[in-house]
Amino acid sequence: MSSLAAENAVLPIDDARIDRINTALSGLSPAELTWVSGYVLGLAAADTARAAPAGSSALTILYGSQTGNGESVARGLKERAEAAGFRVRLESLADYKPAALKREQLVTFVISTHGEGDPPDDAELMHEFLLGKKAPRLEGLRFAVFALGDSSYVNFCQTGREFDARLADLGAERLLPIVECDVEFAAEADAWTGDMLKKLPELIAADDEAPRLRAVESRAPYDRDRPFSAEVLTNQKITGRNSGKDVRHIELSLEGSGLRYEPGDALAVVADNPPRLIESLIAELGADPLEAVRLGDDMLTFREALGSRLEITAASTSFLKAWAAHAANPELDRLLEPAQQGALTEFLYEHQIIDVVRRFPAVVDAQGFATCLRALGPRSYSIASSLEANPGEVHLTVAAVRYEAFGSEHEGAASTYLADRVAEGDSVRVYVEPNRRFRLPADDTLPIIMIGPGTGVAPFRAFIEERDERAAAGDNWLFFGDRTFTDDFLYQTEWQRYLKSGLLTRLDVAFSRDQSAKVYVQDRIRERAAEVFAWIGKGAYIYVCGDAKRMAGDVHAALADVLSAEGGLSAEAAEQRLKELKRAGRYQRDVY
Amino acid sequence: MSDTALTDVERIKAESRHLRGTLTESLEDPVTGAIAADDTQLSKFHGIYQQDDRDERSERKRARLEPAYSFMIRARVPAGVCTPEQWLNMDRVANRFANGTIRLTTRQAFQLHGVIKRHLKASIAGINAAMMDTIAACGDVNRNVMAPVLPALSRVHREVQADAERLSDHLTPATRAYHEIWLDGEKLDTPEPEPIYGDTYLPRKFKTAFVVPPQNDVDIYAQDMGFVAIVEDGVLSGYNVTAGGGMGMAHGEIATYPRLADVLGFVPRDALLPVAEAIVTTQRDHGDRTNRKHARLKYTIEDRGLPWFRQEVEARSGVAFSEPAAFSFAGNGDVYGWQRDDAGDWHYILYIENGRVVDLGERQLMTGLRRIAEVHTGEFRLTPNQNLAISNVSDADKASVQALLDDHGIDNDTQASALRLNAMACVALPTCGLAMAESERYLPDLVTQLEAELEAVGLGDEAITIRMTGCPNGCARPYIAEIGLVGKAPGRYNLYLGAGFAGDRLGAAVLDNADEAEIVATLVPLFRRFADEREPGEHFGDYLVRVGIVREVSAGREFHQGAAA
Repeated sequence: MSSLAAENAVLPIDDARIDRINTALSGLSPAELTWVSGYVLGLAAADTARAAPAGSSALTILYGSQTGNGESVARGLKERAEAAGFRVRLESLADYKPAALKREQLVTFVISTHGEGDPPDDAELMHEFLLGKKAPRLEGLRFAVFALGDSSYVNFCQTGREFDARLADLGAERLLPIVECDVEFAAEADAWTGDMLKKLPELIAADDEAPRLRAVESRAPYDRDRPFSAEVLTNQKITGRNSGKDVRHIELSLEGSGLRYEPGDALAVVADNPPRLIESLIAELGADPLEAVRLGDDMLTFREALGSRLEITAASTSFLKAWAAHAANPELDRLLEPAQQGALTEFLYEHQIIDVVRRFPAVVDAQGFATCLRALGPRSYSIASSLEANPGEVHLTVAAVRYEAFGSEHEGAASTYLADRVAEGDSVRVYVEPNRRFRLPADDTLPIIMIGPGTGVAPFRAFIEERDERAAAGDNWLFFGDRTFTDDFLYQTEWQRYLKSGLLTRLDVAFSRDQSAKVYVQDRIRERAAEVFAWIGKGAYIYVCGDAKRMAGDVHAALADVLSAEGGLSAEAAEQRLKELKRAGRYQRDVY
Repeated sequence: MSDTALTDVERIKAESRHLRGTLTESLEDPVTGAIAADDTQLSKFHGIYQQDDRDERSERKRARLEPAYSFMIRARVPAGVCTPEQWLNMDRVANRFANGTIRLTTRQAFQLHGVIKRHLKASIAGINAAMMDTIAACGDVNRNVMAPVLPALSRVHREVQADAERLSDHLTPATRAYHEIWLDGEKLDTPEPEPIYGDTYLPRKFKTAFVVPPQNDVDIYAQDMGFVAIVEDGVLSGYNVTAGGGMGMAHGEIATYPRLADVLGFVPRDALLPVAEAIVTTQRDHGDRTNRKHARLKYTIEDRGLPWFRQEVEARSGVAFSEPAAFSFAGNGDVYGWQRDDAGDWHYILYIENGRVVDLGERQLMTGLRRIAEVHTGEFRLTPNQNLAISNVSDADKASVQALLDDHGIDNDTQASALRLNAMACVALPTCGLAMAESERYLPDLVTQLEAELEAVGLGDEAITIRMTGCPNGCARPYIAEIGLVGKAPGRYNLYLGAGFAGDRLGAAVLDNADEAEIVATLVPLFRRFADEREPGEHFGDYLVRVGIVREVSAGREFHQGAAA
């Protein structure tokens, strides 16, 4: 049997590849070669199918989300549509070129809103493209928007609304009214998916040749509806005795759950509400704690409902509206007028539900109050451990939120649940929330820059542990900041050990209250501009985790300054460069 | 022993380029509040000890935080004399950078505690701003040179103070490292010569004092090198030179022991510097550098004999010792209250419990002394018993100083028992890294119990020296206190009894690893017997030895022999 002739000029393949094929084929028996020929033909057919442009017979699902919730809704739709025989293309907005939209015919967007009405990082480019002046007409497009948000923010589902309105303005045809979901979205997602599936047959033909795949991805063994009860192995305060903060290092056992996670993922914790707050609310309302209330199909006592089923800490716009109907208070009504949005945001930031109840009293019975409230959702914490380094365990870094306001003690529900109300040996209901947008580079030789003040340092502990486990050769640089060196240097001795071993290449710290002039991580980034720029030049991935309200923006501005100062870029060009880095996955944020 | 390897501290000194090490780099490291391990040895030569809050140690370890490191800074006060400006300056630095208190030490130095690393440089610079320094306050060099308070004799005090300062200057290390690191002095490319010490300094710490009989307030017998002033007709003629004293020992190691100094002989005043330098260089060349627990001058003299040592010093100095002049001591405490000197000026010796200058309730010691320093035209003298003399107060100013004392609730003698006025404790927990048991935080409570017992047997006004340390190194000189307590474990102490009231005889071991109940139960019957059986004017320690309750310890090497019943 002769080899392929390298000099044959008509072959659509270069010499090097021919050499590789010859090497691979050499020494095979005739029977084996026959099998290989069929195998290769099959490969070619599959590849052609995959490469085929999305035609009228395909549904494109585009998602953009910060926490992974959007992705899970999008995947759910994909699975059910494929099971029904439709061709589906699923893509993250991070990987999708906005200009391709004008060639699409059928697109559903699953899109979350971040913070005070901002698009999630993944959707930034699409957002800019759609809302910009150069957006094309989209007459040939039919679309539906599934919007996710958190009604404790004023500009709830803002990005979804913007997409929905703008697509229609550009001439696209709205298939279904926009669905706006709060943190509790499972039921709406299910209903919307059903509605889409009903629409699909009139829009595209089911394709018998498309693979009918069921359970494309194995379902996580535990999820929102069925959390895993994880035993608390460690609940250790990791701030010093003079700290103004109580930060806990929590270790949970995943033994027997089969749960897996990657560094960068979050852990959702289903927490019970603070008992003191429950009793305060009952007293404030003058309600009977044993009165039965109905939640959906369930009947339970008012106290039980407040304890584990209803959100009773964070006030939301929807709660304020519902409460206003009972309170009939002119001040509250005025606050809810459209012109008062700024004041409303400020108000929601400062007031918990109990503060609203106290400030605007109303006569409401237990059922009436329960109806005002949202379902109690889980709280997510960036995972602080690598599963490889800690088999069967997951670690969290939790700042217990406790403060004094309006003359009474206030607590964060989940953080104080973890800090105060569960002890070692107790169990906590959890499940993993994947965050594919916060991942170590696949290439272990690339350097990483981690910027994580406060509890934002949590995922970087996971990153470092993982890089250690993988024996990753890339350099690692951490920027950490907090209030004081002595009492707030989270995981200090661990970082010192990693510095000594050489795993952590650099550690720059900023303690804001140790000197009269406050110093933050962004100041350290600027001080180290030349080195930061050099690291970016070497392909460094930049990660930011922590406070979204101020830190993320300040750090972003500092990074832009670094690019301007060291790279000679204009302010706009620096912004553009950061956007490119983001797009390339080299500037990832997990901010909240 | 000479065939064993040199200690690691010897390596660190040799590699340090005259005490520089990597101190500058250590100060700049923002990730730790500590300095590099080798630098912790070198910083001592600069008067700085790394410590950590031991109360928080295990809690912080669990919290994944490093120990709560801070630094103790010791400032030298040669002869214990400081100006009101220097006092005010120390007060400022203490309040700005340290824990808001000043500790007066048993060797007439100032100590500040709780200074964190990023404030070290500013603190040292602050201390230096008033012409004080911290170099050689600790480390293997000659440390702060002590001199008596001597409130009665102004002229002799002036002369002895001048000699002490002269000697202190002469024995100060020549390295410029101190100025480079702390005061931003110019960096030298090649280390300067270190003529007396050489590149590796001394094998171990070295302590020097002057004394003027009959008061032995400096505890001359506890010093490596001592100068007993011989005063004839009010004129200082010269010194009896002593050598080989030292308190430190290690529990369970009988090759280590406290030792009282020997008298070498008399030298005229102008022989002071050559003789002192010869003693220092003899120890430099012959001290044991292979074992830090056997490195003090006392062991060099024990091992080689006093005649050899005397000869070596004479050969090196070119000075021959004469027969020592006769002298005797009456006590080693302070005489409290107002006293007038031979020139007509007043001195007020103020009792300061454990040397801790701090505002506590009604007793606004720190504030009061600040107010006095603001108007005082004389000087302050830190006493070797951790007390303070407000010295050289003119007749005209006396009333206003007294008024300030009254205004701030600073009142010596009316409240404290004689036992308390003669009590002394080292710092120990929580900051001292060597402490095995409490000392400063505990002795006042023990004294409260004991003074009630003394009162009950009619000995409330009896001066008995009682001293406690948290470890056997002996900073508060417990082995020459009539009641000596040396920490062994939390709540556990060794008890030593029978030392001389003038610090001229070592105590003997009576209890090992005893708790408070055992200590009190042992002392109370002895107080009772002492009250019944003492001879007129007889001191507690002398009594215990005379009647054979404890044996007489006549030499340091006999310290560990079993106690008499």
